[in-house]
Amino acid sequence: MSTTADALHLEAHEAGAEHHADHKPAFFTRWFMSTNHKDIGTLYLIFAIIAGTIGGAISGIMRWELMEPGIQVLNHAWPIGAGTANFDEWTHHWNVLITAHGLIMVFFTVMPAMMGGFGNWFVPLMIGAPDMAFPRMNNISFWLLVPSFCLLLGSTFVSGGTGLGAGTGWTLYAPLSTSGSSGPAVDMVIFSLHLAGASSILGAINFITTIFNMRAPGMTLHKMPLFVWSVLVTAFLLLLALPVLAGAITMLLTDRNFGTTFFDASGGGNVVLYQHLFWFFGHPEVYIMILPGFGMISQVVSTFSRKPVFGYLGMAYAMVAIGVIGFVVWAHHMFTTGMSVDEKMYFTAATMIIAVPTGVKIFSWIATMWGGSITFETPMLFAIGFIFLFTVGGVTGVVLANGGVDTYMQDTYYVVAHFHYVLSLGAIFSIFAGFYYWFPKMSGRMYNELLGKLHFFLMFVGVNVIFFPMHFLGLDGMPRRIPDYTPAFAGWNKVSTIGYMITIAGVAIFFVNLLISLTAGKKAPANPWGEGATTLEWTLPSPPPFHQFETLPRID
Amino acid sequence: MAPTPGIGEPNGAKGIQPQVTPIGEEAAGFHDNILLPLCAAISIFVLALLLWAMIRYRRGANPTPSRNSHNTTIEVIWTLVPVLILVAIAIPSIRLLRHTYTPPPADLTVKVTGHQWYWSYDYPDNGVSFDSYMLKEKNDPTRQANQRYRTDADGPPLLAADERLVLPAGKVVKFIVTADDVIHSFAVPAFWIKQDANPGQLHETWAKVDRPGVYFGQCSELCGARHGFMPIAVEVVPPAQFAAWVASKGGHMAGATPPAPDSTAASPVSASNVAAPAAAAAPASSGTPANAQPTNAVATNQAATKQP
Repeated sequence: MSTTADALHLEAHEAGAEHHADHKPAFFTRWFMSTNHKDIGTLYLIFAIIAGTIGGAISGIMRWELMEPGIQVLNHAWPIGAGTANFDEWTHHWNVLITAHGLIMVFFTVMPAMMGGFGNWFVPLMIGAPDMAFPRMNNISFWLLVPSFCLLLGSTFVSGGTGLGAGTGWTLYAPLSTSGSSGPAVDMVIFSLHLAGASSILGAINFITTIFNMRAPGMTLHKMPLFVWSVLVTAFLLLLALPVLAGAITMLLTDRNFGTTFFDASGGGNVVLYQHLFWFFGHPEVYIMILPGFGMISQVVSTFSRKPVFGYLGMAYAMVAIGVIGFVVWAHHMFTTGMSVDEKMYFTAATMIIAVPTGVKIFSWIATMWGGSITFETPMLFAIGFIFLFTVGGVTGVVLANGGVDTYMQDTYYVVAHFHYVLSLGAIFSIFAGFYYWFPKMSGRMYNELLGKLHFFLMFVGVNVIFFPMHFLGLDGMPRRIPDYTPAFAGWNKVSTIGYMITIAGVAIFFVNLLISLTAGKKAPANPWGEGATTLEWTLPSPPPFHQFETLPRID
Repeated sequence: MAPTPGIGEPNGAKGIQPQVTPIGEEAAGFHDNILLPLCAAISIFVLALLLWAMIRYRRGANPTPSRNSHNTTIEVIWTLVPVLILVAIAIPSIRLLRHTYTPPPADLTVKVTGHQWYWSYDYPDNGVSFDSYMLKEKNDPTRQANQRYRTDADGPPLLAADERLVLPAGKVVKFIVTADDVIHSFAVPAFWIKQDANPGQLHETWAKVDRPGVYFGQCSELCGARHGFMPIAVEVVPPAQFAAWVASKGGHMAGATPPAPDSTAASPVSASNVAAPAAAAAPASSGTPANAQPTNAVATNQAATKQP
C-alpha cells in the first residue's frame, strides 16, 4: 500500500488548516446534537464502555451464583427479587440475567464499540474524508441506541411472566417468548431490539455510502486499509441481516399481542420457523461482531511488525468470503431441532468451509509478523493474544460444525466456551487492541504502557481460566443456562469463577489506566507508533482537528 | 437399580461421558481420536508459529523489517491444506450422520413429552404412561412434607427423578419427542442423543443400550424458570425385568394381550417373557436390591410430587 505518511506531506498542511477547523460548538450542541463523526464515535465508545460494565457486572453475578452448587445469590442479591421466597422467581431472575448479559454484550457493547465507535472515528480518517456521508443520520443512529438500551434495562422492572424481566435468553425463542412469557417485559425487549436494529441499519447505510463515495482521490478500493474493508463488509452484513431479525421479532410481537400464530402450531405456525429466521440474522451477526476486529488486528499487527500486511488482497477477500458464507450456514445453530439428514449434511459441510478463509486470515497475520521488527506495546499484545485465542475458538467451532457430534455438545457449556473464545476473547481483545492503538489519536494523550501490559496479562490469564474449563464442563454434560448444577460440576465451576476474579482485576486496571491517561497522560505526537503506522489517521495531529481534510489528501 | 458412579452421569472428568450406544461409541471415537487431536495440533502449531515469530523477529533480534508482503506458493498452501483437513474430517462426520439417521427397526417406541417443568413418558404399545419429576433434597424448603426426597440410590442431586424411564437392554428404542407448552430438549449424554421437544411437532431419535444401568440427562433447551430442574433419568434393565416392570405398571408387552398388528420379530420373545419374568423378577428383587421394582414402589407419592 502506498498511503505512507512521508509520501503525503500532510502534517504541515493540516497544521495550517487547524485555526479555523477547530471551532468546536458549545457543550450541549457538541455532544447532544453532534454531527461530527469523531464526537459521535466518542459517544459510541462511552456508551459501549457503560453497557459493557453493566453486562460484565451481570456475568459477575452469574459466576458468583455458579461458584458453588445450590442457590446462594439469586435468593437475596438480585435487587428486584429481594425478599421473595418464591423459588420460581429466583430462577426466573437467572434467566433474566442470561438474557440481559447476551443482549447487552451483543447489541450494546461489541456492536457500538466496533462499528459505532472505531468505525465512526477511523473510517473517514483512513479514507481521507472530512466526515461521514450523512452526519445527521449518524446522530440519530447513536441516539436511537439510548432509548433502546433504556427499554432493555427498563424491561427488568416489569413482569415477564414468572417474575420481573424477560427470561427468554437472547435468542427469544418462541413459544417461550410468546405464550411462555406474559407481561410487558418481552414486548419491551422486542422494541429495544427494533430500535437497536434501526440504529445499526442506518449506520450501515452511512458506512457503505461513505466508503463508496468519499474516498480521497487515488484511494481505490484495493488501496483501502483493511479496517475500512472490514467495516464495509460488516455494513453489508448489517444491512442484509438486521431486517430479517426485525421481521422475526415483529412476528413475535403480533403472536404475543394480536392473536397471530406464525410460531404456534395450533394456528398452522411453526416454532422452528422462528429459529430459522433468528439464526439467518444470528449467524451473520457473529461475523458482524468479529469482522471489524479482524480489521483492527490487521492494522495493529502491521504497525507493530513494521511491515505491510501480508497478502492484502487475500485478507480483504477472505473477509468478503466469510461474510458471504456466513449467510448460508445458519442452521448449524439448530442441529437438534429435528432437521433432516440432508439438511444436517449440508450445514455441516458449509459451516466447515468457513474455516478456510478464517485460516487464511490467521496465517496471514502470522506471516505479517514473520520477518518483521516487532515491538510489544499493549495493542500488539492484545492482537497476538487475539490470534491465539481466536484460533482455539475456531477449532472448537470446527468440532461443533459436525452435525453428528453437535448432538452431544449442543446447549452445553462446550458451546459457551466456544463462543466466548471467539467473542469474549476474540471480539473483546480486538476492541482493547484497537482502543489502546488509537487511544493516543483519539485523546491526544499516551496511555500508561505498564498499566496497559498489566491489564493484558491479567485479562489473558483470567479469561482463559474462566472459559477453558467450560470445555470440560460441556464434555461432562453440563447444560447451558442453569442456575444450579449437580456436585460433579462443582470443581471446574469454581475454577471458572476464580478466573472471573482475575479478569475483573485486569479490567479495573484498564479503568485506572483510562483515568490516569486522560488526566495526566503524556501528550501524544501525531504518530506515536513510528514507521509501521502508515494509514492516513497518523498524518493528522493527535487529537485530529475538529474538521479534517478540508483539502483532500491525494494517494499515489 | 442404583446408578454406577462415573457412568451415565457427570463425573467431574475432562472428557466425554462413557458412551453406551453404538452411535455414541462411534461419535465419541470420532471426537476423541480425530477432532480433539486435530484441535490440539492446530492450536499448538499456531502458538508455536506465534512464539517463534515473537522471539525471532522482535525488534532486538531483527532491527530491519523485510518488506515482503506476498508469496503465492505459501498462500496457496495455507488455503489448500485446510481444505484437505476439512475433507478428511467431513468423511467420518457424514458417515456418522448417515448411521445416526439409519436406525435398525424399533423394538420399542416411547413417546417423550416435555412440560414446564417435568417429563412424561408414554409407551403406546404397552399401555404405560407416567410423569417424571425431579426429586428434591431432604432439606429443600420447597419440598412438601409428604413429598419423596432424593437418596443416593436415586442418583446425584438435581439429576434424580421420582419415576425413571425404564428401557429394555439390547433393544432398539425409538423415542418420539414433543412438548405441550414451550420448547424443551430430551437429552441423555451417555446415549449421544439430544432431540428438541417442539410443541406441535413430533421428532424422532433412537438408542440401543446393551449395558443395564441408570443414565441421567437434563433438559437442554431453555424452557423457563425451572429449566435446570427437570432431569431425565433412564433405567436400562434386562428384557425380562422390563416385562415385569411393564406388568407392574398395569401395561402389557406388545403383541401379548391385544393384537398389535405391527409387532416386530422381537415380540414373540417378549411375549414369552411376560409370564416368566413375573416369577423370574421376584427372586431377583430379593437377591439384588438394585432392581426396577423399588423405583416404582413409591408411586403413591406421585400425586403429591406433581404439585409444583
